[in-house]
Amino acid sequence: MDSQLTAWALAAAQALLFIASAPLLAGWLRRVKCHMQNRAAPALWQPYRDLAKLLKKRMLLADNASWLFRAVPYIVFSAMLLAAAVVPLVAVNLPSAAIADLIVLVGFFALARFFTALAALDIGTAFGGMGASREMMVAALAEPAMLMAVFTLSMTANTTNLSVATAYILQSGLVLRPSFLFALLALAMVAVAETSRIPVDNPATHLELTMLHEAMILEYGGRHLALIEWATQIKLMIYAVLIVDLFFPWGIATDFSAMVLAVGVVAVAAKLMLIAVLLVVWETVLAKMRLFRVPQFLGFSFMLSLLAMLTHVVLETGG
Amino acid sequence: MEFAALSLYNQAIILFAALALFTSFIMLAQARMMPLIFTFAWQGLLLTVVSVLVAIASGHPQLHISAAITFCLKVVVIPYLLYRLSARLNMQYDAEVIEHPTLLLLGGVALVIFSYHVSQSIIHLSGLATRNTIAVSMAIELLGMLLMCARKSAVAQVIGFMSMESGIFFAAVVSTYGMPLIVELGLAFDILVASILFGVFFFHLRDSFGSLNVGQFNRLSEANQPMPSPEATEPSSGERS
Amino acid sequence: MTLLEITLLAPLLGGLLLALLGHRPIAGWINIAVGMATFGAALVMALEVFEHGPQLSAGRMFYIDAFNVYLVVLTAFVGLTTSIFSRPYMRHEVERGRVTDRRLRLYHSMYQCFLFSMLLALSTNNLGVLWVAMELATLTTVLLVSLYRTPEAIEAAWKYFILCGVGIAQALFGTVLIYFAAESKLGGDRDDTLLWTVLHSVAGGGLDPAVITLAFVFLLVGYGTKVGLVPLHNWLPDAHSEGPTPMSAVLSGLLLNVALYALVRVKMLVDASLHTNLAGNLMMGFGLLSFTVAGLFLHRQHDVKRMFSYSSIEHMGLITFGFGMGGPLATFGALLHMTVHSLTKSAIFITVGHACQLAGTQRIDQIRGLIRTQPAIGWGLLLGTVAIAGFPPFGVFISEFLLLMATMKAWPWLTIPLLVGFGVAFAGLARHVQRMVFGEPPPGQKPVEANMLPVVVHLFLVLWLGLAIPGFLARWFEQATVLISGASPL
Repeated sequence: MDSQLTAWALAAAQALLFIASAPLLAGWLRRVKCHMQNRAAPALWQPYRDLAKLLKKRMLLADNASWLFRAVPYIVFSAMLLAAAVVPLVAVNLPSAAIADLIVLVGFFALARFFTALAALDIGTAFGGMGASREMMVAALAEPAMLMAVFTLSMTANTTNLSVATAYILQSGLVLRPSFLFALLALAMVAVAETSRIPVDNPATHLELTMLHEAMILEYGGRHLALIEWATQIKLMIYAVLIVDLFFPWGIATDFSAMVLAVGVVAVAAKLMLIAVLLVVWETVLAKMRLFRVPQFLGFSFMLSLLAMLTHVVLETGG
Repeated sequence: MEFAALSLYNQAIILFAALALFTSFIMLAQARMMPLIFTFAWQGLLLTVVSVLVAIASGHPQLHISAAITFCLKVVVIPYLLYRLSARLNMQYDAEVIEHPTLLLLGGVALVIFSYHVSQSIIHLSGLATRNTIAVSMAIELLGMLLMCARKSAVAQVIGFMSMESGIFFAAVVSTYGMPLIVELGLAFDILVASILFGVFFFHLRDSFGSLNVGQFNRLSEANQPMPSPEATEPSSGERS
Repeated sequence: MTLLEITLLAPLLGGLLLALLGHRPIAGWINIAVGMATFGAALVMALEVFEHGPQLSAGRMFYIDAFNVYLVVLTAFVGLTTSIFSRPYMRHEVERGRVTDRRLRLYHSMYQCFLFSMLLALSTNNLGVLWVAMELATLTTVLLVSLYRTPEAIEAAWKYFILCGVGIAQALFGTVLIYFAAESKLGGDRDDTLLWTVLHSVAGGGLDPAVITLAFVFLLVGYGTKVGLVPLHNWLPDAHSEGPTPMSAVLSGLLLNVALYALVRVKMLVDASLHTNLAGNLMMGFGLLSFTVAGLFLHRQHDVKRMFSYSSIEHMGLITFGFGMGGPLATFGALLHMTVHSLTKSAIFITVGHACQLAGTQRIDQIRGLIRTQPAIGWGLLLGTVAIAGFPPFGVFISEFLLLMATMKAWPWLTIPLLVGFGVAFAGLARHVQRMVFGEPPPGQKPVEANMLPVVVHLFLVLWLGLAIPGFLARWFEQATVLISGASPL
């Protein structure tokens, strides 16, 4: 009973750590990017300051905003919170992992996206509608690719539970699975598209022709905007942790002793920092694509995940 | 056999085989000339690595010869020839329009599934841990064929042809540790002659048609010719006179 | 030096010599001389095999039995007669300005190399070398097809190259699969697993049926492309119509045979290890399809060489059908048909070549009145067409009759499409040829220098085979039939 309680406490702590460190990852990303591009870098905790400022600000709502518009930030944030609770950050085998599996995780993302799009349509501005339609197009192409990649992994691990899958991959050691390589590439491309990074979207711009995600949340301000921004940062972190967990799980804690947990924290922090650097390099060398090229980009990622599935079936089973 | 239980050598063989398959897909989708040639060279390199790995893992030193042949032909000679030719013909930055790229890729996936299905019935004969790669070799071969059929540029067709050949060579390596030496040498000779001939033909094609786009070939097509004139249809009474 | 070595080395060295020699007036004569040496050696070798049975060369590289030795003789013979025809023909082409002297050197050299690759394919004992030789034959003929360097010739050569390249690659995959099956049966550490004699001796013990079936499908697609079986026949009319006529004659008369030979060899293996009719049924299906479709296509041709190439597809379809049916009678008929078709079709192409030079075009509607301008050519074309259409007393009639009989016995319903096909093909040929031979000659049409000796010899042989198959030849065919189908037809 006691250990059960500790486990739950740890799970809660992990979820809290997750959402608390999400802005930190965003800050690190921004900092590295500035360094890379020879610009003066903001402080590491600048995202926290931004969030605090937004939380303090007075809310300004459009006249025709319905209850939906006001509810959406909370829905989105809680969806991300739940998703974050499922993804093992520091330790596997936590009881919270049993709440949902990988497919539900994809569902959480879809839920958040759906409501964001609805809210964007709710106000009736041109940008909202445009952003919503573009976001939906990207989602429609990215989701199958992501699901296919996820299925490949769960076929290997014989489970759709993220925590169990991570533990499985951890204990099987170094295995050169071609399917994992392809799934990794596919998932990375999907992650880029879903978290609105270059080359699919540019989070730092408000140019009307190129906006995807930003166009949907133009009408938000104050607390609402803070929640949505935070949720976006959590989403980025979830994708990063997902990739780290599934493909490079080494270092993650499998029991709950303080030492192991500390190693887990350090390991995941190091890996996330590294992934952020890679993302920055990627965003620096690539230019944003035209919107009409996005289906090709995502089509390629779908093909990769399909190939991952195929190589898994053809090369890694049976025989 | 459980994949994780294989030795690292065997796992690497399978990994590189999968990567070679991936390069086949890249070639299918790659419209530009230079990257296409380079992707082909990469495929050759991957297959060379696989041959060497198989040679080491299985203790068949004669496979090093296959690997050397593959390396010389598929990584050095043919890509270099194609590169020089497209530079000479001033078309290294050309890109052709691929019709229905998505359909093409899905067709490729279908071919992979097909070769998997077909090879399922035959791989029980092989005692090798890496016998699943037979399906991959067949898929590389069929994807090369798809490339040849779907693309209109002469260079892409040549690359498809060579890729087919690579796939078959690869099949021989992973299923039977290579063909007898004389056959392999004959094969290499044929491929070499073929690649030189292809090079000669590029110039003929350009001289005759002004480009290497074979999609405009229709001089010999029978589809739009009329039937011979009706006066010809009368019965031939004078045949035996 | 054995006779086989002479047979193989003569064209190879001849090709090299002709390449080194460059263009001299004597090149045409050397071409003929080499052809004679090859034919002489092949003939003596055939007599030896006929008397002493199959021969396996030292090192087991080559294997000569009744089946391939008669094709070797046929190849050497048609190669010789065509070279006799090609000397004045090519000289005339040079005069017309269609080829330059440098290309003539290429032509002579490639002609001998092509013969060498076919003889190698026929006599080798190694399935891998067989494939290599077939590919070599493709490469040499690609150069021959593109000899005139017109856009049409380049297009035809490219199509031929690509389509046969794709096709023959499938055959290589099939060969790899056969090797795979044999190696898993015999063990991996021997180097003779791909030898046909070894394979044939273990096939009875059962090679893995799944692998062999798959291998046969690949080989059928591969060599079938070279035979010109129907969905894969597109290269054939183009290559025939755009290349020089001697090349059309050897392509139609010989290369198709050699490809079919490869297919039949493989079928023997497959039959021995499967004990089902799968291979035969597949061949019958494709053969009948080619037979029917090509017969229909005959009607809509404008180019005389194209038309006769469709006729080749039709006859190859029929022979494939015959080998597919597989009984002794059908096999005997198919073997005989292979021979008479080769002789007749190369005679026709030789005549057509002269006719085209006479009229200055290959278009059917501009070739008129051959029999009045130059009776030898007119009669040659007429008799050749009558022979190829299967009229008695020519040999084609006998072989077609045998095939029909065999069909009636084994698959009675299939005689109807066969008979209809014969009719359709005859109508297609007759409607075109009749006007070319008779009809009003255009003003100013003059006779050309023509050597009709090969045509006379070929047609005489076909006639002889139609009237009475000489005893030794009949026994020869019988030996081959026993080899292929396992029973004697007599």
